[in-house]
Amino acid sequence: MKMDIAFGQYCEGNSILHRLDPRAKLIISIIYIVVLFLAKNVFTFALLTLTTMALVILSGISLRVIAGGLKPILFIALFTAIINIFFFTGDTLLVDLKIVKIYLEGLFNAGLIVLRIVLLIVSTSMFLTYTTTPLALTDGMERLLSPLAKIGVPVHDFSMMMTIALRFIPTLIEETGKIMNAQKARGADFTSGGLIKRARAIIPIIIPLFVSAFRRAGDLATAMECRCYTGGAGRTRMNVLHAKWYDFAFVLAVTALGAAVVLMNIYLPGYTVTM
Amino acid sequence: MENTIEVKNLCFTYEGYGDVPDVEALHDVSFTVEKGSFTAILGHNGSGKSTLASVLCMLSEPASGEVYINGKLMTGEDVTDEDVFDARRRVGMVFQNPDNQIVASVVEEDVAFGCENLGLPPAEIRRRVDDALECVGMRKYARHSPHKLSGGQKQRVAIAGVIAMKRDCIIFDESTAMLDPMGRREVMETIEYLNKVEGVTVILITHYMEEAARADRVIVMNGGRVLTTGTPGEVFSEPELLWDADLDVPQTTELLYRMKKAGLDVRLDIFDFEECAAEIARAVKKRQSEVK
Ligand SMILES: Nc1ncnc2c1ncn2[C@@H]1O[C@H](COP(=O)(O)OP(=O)(O)OP(=O)(O)O)[C@@H](O)[C@H]1O
Ligand SMILES: [Mg+2]
Repeated sequence: MKMDIAFGQYCEGNSILHRLDPRAKLIISIIYIVVLFLAKNVFTFALLTLTTMALVILSGISLRVIAGGLKPILFIALFTAIINIFFFTGDTLLVDLKIVKIYLEGLFNAGLIVLRIVLLIVSTSMFLTYTTTPLALTDGMERLLSPLAKIGVPVHDFSMMMTIALRFIPTLIEETGKIMNAQKARGADFTSGGLIKRARAIIPIIIPLFVSAFRRAGDLATAMECRCYTGGAGRTRMNVLHAKWYDFAFVLAVTALGAAVVLMNIYLPGYTVTM
Repeated sequence: MENTIEVKNLCFTYEGYGDVPDVEALHDVSFTVEKGSFTAILGHNGSGKSTLASVLCMLSEPASGEVYINGKLMTGEDVTDEDVFDARRRVGMVFQNPDNQIVASVVEEDVAFGCENLGLPPAEIRRRVDDALECVGMRKYARHSPHKLSGGQKQRVAIAGVIAMKRDCIIFDESTAMLDPMGRREVMETIEYLNKVEGVTVILITHYMEEAARADRVIVMNGGRVLTTGTPGEVFSEPELLWDADLDVPQTTELLYRMKKAGLDVRLDIFDFEECAAEIARAVKKRQSEVK
């Protein structure tokens, strides 16, 4: 299946998470990440696992998709787990292999840290990747950051760049395929030989691709100008974002969750994770 | 009659560099386009059609000559940015390659792009976008991503984007070149609808004589100059002139011209197949009665 970059990993749906305002989702994600890093003990982790599971259920996205999304972080999770297991010193010695000692606390710590990474990925993808299109995200970002435009940050220009990139990446990927085929038809070989030989074989692809990308950029600039584009000033949008009651409710709920986690850290000590 | 566009003694040169010589793409071009009319521009490759269109859209500045848009002089020193913006919201263009004129990664967002630049209120943009997509028959693709559409569908999205801006004049630069006969007919119907019903002034740059034959006026370009102008009937009545400029004439004209050469008394300014057949039948009957 060819991935559609314009939609990223967006899963079509109509859940409350899909309907949330992209601005709200960005804010919520940031708070959620902070809360995940504030969590210190087993109780808080249990709470956050529950809320993240609730998010998954709310979104209606299948577990298989979510598991697939976790694959790329498998290595990092494993790596952190191993480091923690082997290099953590605690009180209860479990295995003594002379060079490395494994402690119960190390295992415990590793478990919670891996859990934190998993929760981090699952929760942010619930709010951002799976339920929001990159275009909506760009839009939300532009509007969220629009106050910065007053102090001279080119917010609109960045969002326009992002929009155009999203539009043209698939076109350029397609073009790369075409150029590769054209070069293959002339006897180019991209698959055999050493690293250097293969790297050199890329040159006849890169150069036409660049030439064409610049030509496209020129054409697009002309077409945009012709459609009265003069930058962000004086521009309106067709889809105006309206924050609804549930956007505020969600932000409040996640903030309350953060408060709960802080309180639990203070009043329920014990089984604390380091790092 | 009011003129939407008036061009006087227009010259345009692409500056050379190094060994590359200057190219004089337009030389002493003059013509007028009446408000609400349908003008076709013909000419072989490199005859300066696209260059002319880009000058009319304020995309390039001519070396000399005058361009008036709605009676306002748009060339020379004292043309301000506001004037240019104002001219661009009156005259729009649909380019040959649809791929490089679509900005957004969702069809309706792209159609909305021009209206957003005009600073229209959101509800108004929504209405125009829906109407424009309806007009080009792409309503059900509103939420699709453009790179998955066929060339013809992309071209229609591009046309919708221009329609939505509701401009006085739209220039189509070989916008039907990538389409199949069906798609071309549909786009032609859209163009004629815009012209006849919505009253938009249309300038159609094309290589298809059948399309040019449906215009009110035809301008024939050759080597950066205007070779001839007139109604399709007038222009195509002199096929030799067009053949000399490496251009074709409509099939009906060619057939009638040959018959005339062979001594049959037929009119040349007929572009409809049925009418053409009727004309030939009439002439043949007349001839038969003369022989008898
Ligand atoms: N960017 C450029 N730089 C230099 N010369 C150019 C440039 N664009 C066009 N020309 C030259 O100007 C002349 C007119 O080109 P133009 O694109 O206007 O032709 P056209 O009538 O649109 O042709 P076509 O039917 O192929 O679209 C040609 O001789 C061409 O080589
Ligand atoms: Mg051209």
